[in-house]
Amino acid sequence: MVHKLTGALTLGAALLLSTSAFAQDKRVVTWNADYDPIPLAAAEALIADFEAANPEIDVQLTNFDHEAYKNAIRNFLTADAPDLANWYAANRMRPFVEAGLFADISDVWANNGLMESLASSVPSSTIDGKQYAIPYTYYQWGIYYNRDAYAAAGVEVPGPEGVNWETFLANCEKFKAAGIDCVTTGSSALWPVAGIFDYVSLRTNGYQFHSDLAAGKISWTSPEARAVFENLGKLQPYVTENHAAIDWQDAAALFVQGKAANYVMGNFAVGVFKEGGMTNDNLGFMVFPEIAAGIARAEEAPTDTIHLTSGAKNPEDAKAFLAYMASPEAQSKWNTAVGQLPTNKNATVPADDPFLTAGFEALSTATGGIAQFWDRDADAEYAKAGMEGFQRFLVQPEALEEILTQLEATRTRLFPQ
Amino acid sequence: MAQASQAARRWNQRTIAPWLFLAPGLFMFGVYVLWPIIQSVTLSFYDWNGLYNQDGEFTGTFVGTRNYAELMTDPAFETSLWNNLKWLVLYMLALPIGLFIAIFLNQTVTGIRLYKSLFFFPFVISQVVVGLIFAWFYAPNFGLFYLLTESLTGKGTAILADPDLVTYGIIVAGLWPQIAYVMILYLTGLNNVAPDQIEAARLDGAKGWRMLWYVVLPQLRPATFIAVIVTVIGALRSFDLVSIMTTGGPFGSSRVLSYYMFEMALGEFGFRMGYGAAIAVVLFAIMMIFISGFIWKMWRDEKER
Amino acid sequence: MFPRPIQKSSTAAQWLYAVALPIALLVWLFPLLGVALTSLRPASDLAQGNYFGMPSGIAWENYIFIFTETPIGQYMINSLWVTIPTVIGAVSLSLMTGFALAVYGFRANILVFFMFVAGNFVPFQILMVPVRDMTLQLGMYDTWYGLALFHIAFNTGFCTLFMRNFIKALPYELIEAARVEGVTEWRIFWYIVLPLMRPAIAALSVLVFTFIWNDFFWATVLTQGVDSQPITAGLSSLNGQWIAQWHLVSAGSILAALPPVAMFFLMQKHFIAGLTLGAVK
Repeated sequence: MVHKLTGALTLGAALLLSTSAFAQDKRVVTWNADYDPIPLAAAEALIADFEAANPEIDVQLTNFDHEAYKNAIRNFLTADAPDLANWYAANRMRPFVEAGLFADISDVWANNGLMESLASSVPSSTIDGKQYAIPYTYYQWGIYYNRDAYAAAGVEVPGPEGVNWETFLANCEKFKAAGIDCVTTGSSALWPVAGIFDYVSLRTNGYQFHSDLAAGKISWTSPEARAVFENLGKLQPYVTENHAAIDWQDAAALFVQGKAANYVMGNFAVGVFKEGGMTNDNLGFMVFPEIAAGIARAEEAPTDTIHLTSGAKNPEDAKAFLAYMASPEAQSKWNTAVGQLPTNKNATVPADDPFLTAGFEALSTATGGIAQFWDRDADAEYAKAGMEGFQRFLVQPEALEEILTQLEATRTRLFPQ
Repeated sequence: MAQASQAARRWNQRTIAPWLFLAPGLFMFGVYVLWPIIQSVTLSFYDWNGLYNQDGEFTGTFVGTRNYAELMTDPAFETSLWNNLKWLVLYMLALPIGLFIAIFLNQTVTGIRLYKSLFFFPFVISQVVVGLIFAWFYAPNFGLFYLLTESLTGKGTAILADPDLVTYGIIVAGLWPQIAYVMILYLTGLNNVAPDQIEAARLDGAKGWRMLWYVVLPQLRPATFIAVIVTVIGALRSFDLVSIMTTGGPFGSSRVLSYYMFEMALGEFGFRMGYGAAIAVVLFAIMMIFISGFIWKMWRDEKER
Repeated sequence: MFPRPIQKSSTAAQWLYAVALPIALLVWLFPLLGVALTSLRPASDLAQGNYFGMPSGIAWENYIFIFTETPIGQYMINSLWVTIPTVIGAVSLSLMTGFALAVYGFRANILVFFMFVAGNFVPFQILMVPVRDMTLQLGMYDTWYGLALFHIAFNTGFCTLFMRNFIKALPYELIEAARVEGVTEWRIFWYIVLPLMRPAIAALSVLVFTFIWNDFFWATVLTQGVDSQPITAGLSSLNGQWIAQWHLVSAGSILAALPPVAMFFLMQKHFIAGLTLGAVK
């Protein structure tokens, strides 16, 4: 049962009345979500399956606009909490957990053996030893490349295992000579640069460093942090100029038109590339190049989650639905429909999508670990300060010292030693 | 006896009546303007993420003047303050330019009324639209401004990507409607300039700049005063354009206080209500300087009557 | 008149002026014209990089698209739902406050008056957090009336200044005479002052209409969804989805600008009278 979000309270009440008329004998579970059309349809299909198996339960989903949701959740968790709410893992859920607005669901994890089947997502779902989230999907990041651009510049097309750092930079030089941007991005919304930074950081110092850096445990003026910026500095001259004034979709247009060869992005961008006219024939995916040898390869894969709220009116049935969302069947179905990866290791991935299979392969062999993404691993304020620093470095590499000093000042303020 | 009581009732009525007339307006104004100012000032001494807990209790903690202390060392705050200063100074260009256009249009030829209206156009449309128009004008690779600089210098300038130029680019967008506003103030003012004084000055041989400076401008003082006030307020309220054109970027270079406050309080990575309130208090204090000046002049005018 | 009327200048100067006027206007409105033209350009032109050359055709379908495929119509209706009650509310309240402050010489008069004037100039940000919080607590967040109530209260400041000065300029003898006749204060307001206020009401109405229609800040702070967001905030969120689709952004911008522009042209005299009040005494 899905109904459209209505702003006016009276209208909302009227809708509630009309729906409860159908569902008189059913126990209602309410769920607030922020889906685009395709994921929404997939969620509706899951609800239908769940209701078929549990005819006494009626799951009512209220869908919000994606951007508006970030604001709305802060209001409805306090004022009028649904039973379930969509959100994100790791540090992004921390404020709600600390304000006591998300409920502890460690029992759901324990009773359904999720510690084992969702093993890779345990750290990002846990705060102070308790689980507060059910992760049901994630997607890989990496380098998408345009084979036509490679051909135009006369550069050898890499395989899915990618190339090493030296080769990548040497290729960049060739692209530059051919008048093609080697790496493109559109950073007016900041987060796309965090993807580039994270990968250089993961490849320079490994997963633990990334995690500690995001947690404020590492000084920005340390040799390790400097090494990251040094490597980023090697890439800087080859990144699309004026990236700070354009959005990631604008950069996608450059990429599709072959004006740029590589794009460090998340898998959700494939839809945009294909809409722009690319096909499996000229669109390629590879993992980010290895920089320092011997460091276990880690990948970025932001996880989307569902949470039980503390104000839930029907927590028992809500937990049953959460357990269902964690199951391999539900995750296979939802992720196949949406084109993302399931977090349950027993779930299946469609074999005919080369980007999903490549992503699944990349993530399942990432022995270094799975990072969420800078803005989910780091505390909100720290995340923003960091991303501004990364963006600034890619525009003004000469300002490095000032950037590091400012970041370090932010760190010592937010994480007093 | 009956007359005395009637007089008393009349007197009563005249004492109570103004308050009855004022009551609804004062109530609304008190609830939505005065009380929130007090609340904001109070909140600026708290650390609060905007959340209430499950029982609807306020979750903030009192931190004294810590928010203000943090402002002192916050580079983003410093950038915002500087940018606000740039806005204030450069916005004043609206006065001479607006005056110039007003003088240019102050003729009686056929169709001049339509011209005046069309020149006024930019002020009537929303700043959101103005922001979108200029964002399109400045867009890298295909924007008109970019193409223009490319054809002149061989290399296009993407104003909104350049941390040193971005604020000026936004100010130019803001000046467009502001000039129109100032222009209409001056056009009305010019209408009321005493023709006999102009003629007398002309007979004395005054023309051009001297006429403007010694004869016309003094008569335009009321218009200039209002123009200064609305321009200052406009400069300090510059939220819409920054929000639409750059969201404060690149890396915070185009932030102004009004936008930084919003970012801190309601932005995606914000929800620091207390810190935001502290920024708002600073902005309020700056604005109060100008408000006091305005009130003071009004008070003087009232007394003169 | 300053400068010297052009008719008294040489024929050459008159010609020059006649040529300069339209050119100056064209330069002045150039950005707007560019957007208006882009709004009628087919998407295929933009995709091929033809931003400023001859359009391959006139694409009214851009407008049809944004009306049928996006909620822009709903946004415009939402704007009306916020704007019209605000105009009625703010004008009514300020007629009363303006009357009270113009006609009665009580002690706190000037203080109350200055409070309204000063309130009109405070930065929005100092009100933002408490007003948003209060609106939430009252269950009016994301509703047209939550937004309208705030606008009414805030605009009462400016409107009071306007009304009070206008009523002050009316002949006070009228009120005196009525009082001698024993007319009650309320009837003086209703039957004597109000009928004389028509021009002021008209001027303020167009002005407040434009201000509220164009408001973006409070629309962002107090509403969030398609069901209640006004056109300014709606256009901003559509802009987020229309990246690189400038023909749609342009069409949306033109639509958002139309109502205040129409209002301005229809009520030009009142509009300017309202705006320049106090600028010339």
